[in-house]
Amino acid sequence: MNDCAIEVGGLSKLYRIGGEQKLYPTLRESVAGAITSRFRRNGNGAKSNAREFWALKDVNFQVQRGEVVGIIGRNGAGKSTLLKILSRITDPTEGEIEIDGRVGSLLEVGTGFHPELTGRENVFLNGAILGMKRREIAGKFDEIVAFAETEKFLDTPVKFYSSGMYTRLAFAVAAHLEPEILIVDEVLAVGDASFQKKCLGKMNDVSKQGRTVLFVSHNMTALRSLCTRAVWLENGKVMENGHTTDVVGSYMRKNTIANPESVWSEGSAPGDDRIRLRSVRLISRSNSTDQITVHTPLSIEFTYWNTMPGAVLNISALLYTSEEICVLVTVSDFRPRAVGLIRHILEIPGDFLNANSYFVNMLIVKDASVPILRQDNVLSFDVVEGEVTGNWYGATPGTVRPKLVWKSEAVDASEIDLATARAQSD
Amino acid sequence: MSAVPVVAPVIRPAGRRVHLRPQTGWQPIHFGELWHYRELLWILALRDVKVRYKQTVLGVTWALIQPFLQMILFVAVFAKNGFSTDGVAAPVFYFSGLLPWLLFSNSLTTAGNSLINNQHLITKVYFPRLVIPIAAIITALIDFAISFALLIALMAWYRVPPTSSILLLPVFILLAMLAALAVGLWLSALNVQYRDVRYVLGFLVQFWLFATPVIYPASMVKTHWRRIVLGINPMSGVVEGFRWTMYGKPAPGPMTLVSVITIFALLIGGLFYFRRMEKTFADLI
Repeated sequence: MNDCAIEVGGLSKLYRIGGEQKLYPTLRESVAGAITSRFRRNGNGAKSNAREFWALKDVNFQVQRGEVVGIIGRNGAGKSTLLKILSRITDPTEGEIEIDGRVGSLLEVGTGFHPELTGRENVFLNGAILGMKRREIAGKFDEIVAFAETEKFLDTPVKFYSSGMYTRLAFAVAAHLEPEILIVDEVLAVGDASFQKKCLGKMNDVSKQGRTVLFVSHNMTALRSLCTRAVWLENGKVMENGHTTDVVGSYMRKNTIANPESVWSEGSAPGDDRIRLRSVRLISRSNSTDQITVHTPLSIEFTYWNTMPGAVLNISALLYTSEEICVLVTVSDFRPRAVGLIRHILEIPGDFLNANSYFVNMLIVKDASVPILRQDNVLSFDVVEGEVTGNWYGATPGTVRPKLVWKSEAVDASEIDLATARAQSD
Repeated sequence: MSAVPVVAPVIRPAGRRVHLRPQTGWQPIHFGELWHYRELLWILALRDVKVRYKQTVLGVTWALIQPFLQMILFVAVFAKNGFSTDGVAAPVFYFSGLLPWLLFSNSLTTAGNSLINNQHLITKVYFPRLVIPIAAIITALIDFAISFALLIALMAWYRVPPTSSILLLPVFILLAMLAALAVGLWLSALNVQYRDVRYVLGFLVQFWLFATPVIYPASMVKTHWRRIVLGINPMSGVVEGFRWTMYGKPAPGPMTLVSVITIFALLIGGLFYFRRMEKTFADLI
């Protein structure tokens, strides 16, 4: 394989986290530490206070020239550490990396932007920091400004920019970086929807020009459409490396439906001698069991034991997003319940929830007024993007995304005018 | 999207292969790479110059006010109480000592804190870290250039004529900067791990002023040998040498040589120490 752009072999990175969790060691501590550790070593065996943490452990992969490779994994899986090592910001502890080509890395949008400097000055500053030559920046200056749409404010210090303008200008500089190997961290998670769309469009362009791109993102839709291959990192190790669709699929299977059911044994079940929870389950009502997309119809099944004959019980489900925004509260019917096992099934239609992580709290109320059982976080699940229609890969805003009825038709202008006139005269 | 630029096809320059592996022990210094990043060096220095006097009323005048007031203080406290000024008009004597001293101390202070102040760059982008303290020192040169004009004016006012030794002025300016870089490399690298350096820097500079012949002439140190010992302080040779280039006395002697040797010893040590610590900056800062 002669056409490797990046070759990573046996890569490991060790971080030492101080036992006392001090951010900056002071000289005194360091001196004191050196003395005490010597004593310890002489005494009853060395016992280091520092905790060791392998951010990466024996990572191997190759990236061919012109490949667009996505890196996925949960927070803390080692993605950022990997990018930092590839960008030469930090050294590996073990292993080797061979990189063939000029590397441009974008671990952040607007690195080095200075608030006191004008937009124009910051373009040159940021460009130089990203490794562009002055001549190169000057040559692309007009393009950069046009892309950022900030012509009018070029000579204003960026501290007076809105955050949107700031991000646009910063991304515009980065977008005009022309390395052979581009390393991009989750920089696309910033900005508004239309800006994200522009960024992803730009990423798409870059990937089509035959550049080698290494792209970290949590946006699975973008990854699936941009990357030919994906590497899944977990706990500093490569879990899977292959076709994006396969890797993303297995990553999602592992990581979504975080807690699709809660079943309690009799001893530990929440409740008291009146009511005792038995289980809460999330059921997908679609044929494919793989993952829950925005189109999947869902059911939530609640079961509990009731010991009060004829008690009027009802159940409420409170649905929250992972940002703890309450999406909705829904209440079951009020009716006397028999003694024994009671089951409630809540149906959530497909094309209703947005792509997001959700969790469910529940509440059982007696006689429509006395809460007798409240249980938080009985379920959590992820809803992912469905099939992409059009070329929009960014996130759709909103806590819900219902399919609502649209009536669209061609009409006669005179009819509308007549109708409005009539409405006004009424 | 017409605004999206069409990017030129990739041209691969040769010799761009990078091999990354754990580095242990002492590393060579890549001056070639530093040269490659010279534009960044310049643009960072320019940034600091531009930002320095933003939102101040007096602006660049501050570069004049500080040494001027200090000079007046020295005249009032020391010259009026009979301290020797080597037979030169006291304001010229003090001001010509203060200029290289302030170049050094300002450079040292900014260089010593430079890595900490640029940590957002260090954790996000690769470039030779040496660029940061060097850029900090270039910045201090601007202040120096401005107050240098005032020195010329003072010399004209007190009719102190320059001599041909002024041709060697750039050498001593460079030496002052190298001295600041030499110490600055050690301290900035230490500062990444030990924030104590931030506080040490303040009074280190204060003490150092008294160990340097700024307020007093080196000739006040009587014996030849003691003067050589004074030369171990690199700034002794630089300040005395600077005065010599400005008005031709006192001529440089063994003290100057000792200072130059100290500067280069500290600088070489500093470069290697900095290089050794460099790889841990992003993790520790």
